[in-house]
Amino acid sequence: MTPRLSGSGLTLAYGERVIADGLDVTIPDGSFTVIIGPNACGKSTLLRALSALLTPKHGRVVLDGASIGSYRAKEVARRLGLLPQTATAPEGISVADLVARGRYPHQKLLRQWTPEDENQVAAAMEATGVTALADRAVDELSGGQRQRVWMAMALAQQTGILLLDEPTTYLDIAYQIDLLDLCADLNEQGRTLVAVLHDLNHACRYATHLIVMKAGRIVAEGVPGEIVTAELVEDVYGLRCEVIADPQTRTPLVVPAARASRAARLTR
Amino acid sequence: MRRRVTVRAPGLAVRLDLRTLWVSGALLLAVLAVVAWTVVAVGVRLPMADIIEILDGGGRRADRFILLDLRLPRVSLGLLAGAALAMSGAVFQSLSRNPLGSPDIVGFTTGSATGAVVAILVFGTGPGGAAVAAVVGGLLTALIVYGLAAAGGGAVRRIVLVGIGISAMLVAVNSYLISRARVDAAQAASVWLVGTLNGRTWEYVRLLGLALLVLTPLLLLFGRRLQLLEMGDDSAQSLGVRVNRSRLVLVLLAVAVCAVATATTGPVAFVALAAPQITRRLTGSPTLQLLPTAITGALLMVLSDFVAQRLLAPAQLPVGVVTGAVGGVYLAWLLAGQWRKGN
Repeated sequence: MTPRLSGSGLTLAYGERVIADGLDVTIPDGSFTVIIGPNACGKSTLLRALSALLTPKHGRVVLDGASIGSYRAKEVARRLGLLPQTATAPEGISVADLVARGRYPHQKLLRQWTPEDENQVAAAMEATGVTALADRAVDELSGGQRQRVWMAMALAQQTGILLLDEPTTYLDIAYQIDLLDLCADLNEQGRTLVAVLHDLNHACRYATHLIVMKAGRIVAEGVPGEIVTAELVEDVYGLRCEVIADPQTRTPLVVPAARASRAARLTR
Repeated sequence: MRRRVTVRAPGLAVRLDLRTLWVSGALLLAVLAVVAWTVVAVGVRLPMADIIEILDGGGRRADRFILLDLRLPRVSLGLLAGAALAMSGAVFQSLSRNPLGSPDIVGFTTGSATGAVVAILVFGTGPGGAAVAAVVGGLLTALIVYGLAAAGGGAVRRIVLVGIGISAMLVAVNSYLISRARVDAAQAASVWLVGTLNGRTWEYVRLLGLALLVLTPLLLLFGRRLQLLEMGDDSAQSLGVRVNRSRLVLVLLAVAVCAVATATTGPVAFVALAAPQITRRLTGSPTLQLLPTAITGALLMVLSDFVAQRLLAPAQLPVGVVTGAVGGVYLAWLLAGQWRKGN
């Protein structure tokens, strides 16, 4: 069976600036795929292309058997959700109202609040644990709570595939783990998740499928335990390190080499 | 917590905000009150009984003229123009995410006036040609402002800064043209410097009414996307809004509404600027809502015209003088607030 989401021969560019050239990528159905790589390697750009935010210069992204550009915008939004980095909540909007906006792709002009809409919003808030915050203003919440609310909005969109662009940035460690746990739960319930993350160790712990990028190319992909080695990390990040087994989960744990044993400054 | 009522019927399922409904109802009542008071009591007093008689087809000829040909078209045009400007203001403020991003601040209404002034002074057209030129002037100005703001990075937010600059230049152009013209032509053109409802006939009402009949449903249809666009382009797009196309359509509709309104009344300041923010505060809603804002705009306009007619009666001020004066105070308050927030 062909996977629901893939891209082939992708050339991705902002204007004249080419980020990636001839990229092939496949997101395994039902996976929690994590994309990692150094700054400016094109991982967020790839996510934008997969979610139709960026039209590839060449090649095409295929969603459910058809080019993603051939769908109507609302149709894409019913199949695939995205939590972007730049989302801003309108001043003073309540949690429940923000989550309800996730229903937009399912609504029609005169059918905006069906029992189905109501149920999905309630379910999304329940799944993310923000039901108790329903009437609070989003801008009063902590960063971690706010990110859960945005997750709830994306869930209310009721899509089988969910893309997350650096969802843990700006969160403290406890909230980061909390959010990744939530992602793992959602994945176990059958959703396909694709997330761009910065933290290698988090990626190794939570990803069922890891995509490692460097300078616009995919240099390795697979189960973290099978592909993450000290050589790979040094090749991709230019950082000397040791890879040991995480004492909690037995997944790879990347430990940077001590300062004394690293010869020179980062050269990349 | 905001209380809502859900209305469901076959083919219909909407949720309405109770406070917004209350506020809209109250605003409508206020509009009716001001309209009634204006029609009855400004200038020659027409008792209610006479008005009913006139509307029934009777009454004295002079009274019929005052009511049917002077007062009713004037107040009708005020209602329509106020609503149109307010909706246009709401769209622009929402898109630019800035309470100053309003067509009267960024030069669109001034551009309409320039169009009319040029038509009268350079091409010697009458009032009809001036109105057409006003629409063209408004659209052209919007095109220039939008183009300059978008050049090199497409930030709608820059519209405010670019627009204020263009607006200042256009004011200078208008004044210059009038200062160079013959006295009679200058007089005809100078009514375009300040918006007015004086001497407006049913013809103007029909023109604006027809335009709004077409444009308002489209605005309301696309208006729902405004609240999604306010969450950022990426969020809106991922919820299924074609961002660039929606924004372009909304800008075009808002410019058109504003230009047609200005073509019938001249540049009335303040309504487009204030109505969206007043409505937002009254309804406590996090987003700008077009219909309640339109009612507020209509109210501001007829209220200002009521004051304009009464203030120095029997002399009648142009309504734009009143809105301009109130608007200056409001603008100072708004800027002070933004400045404090910026610090």
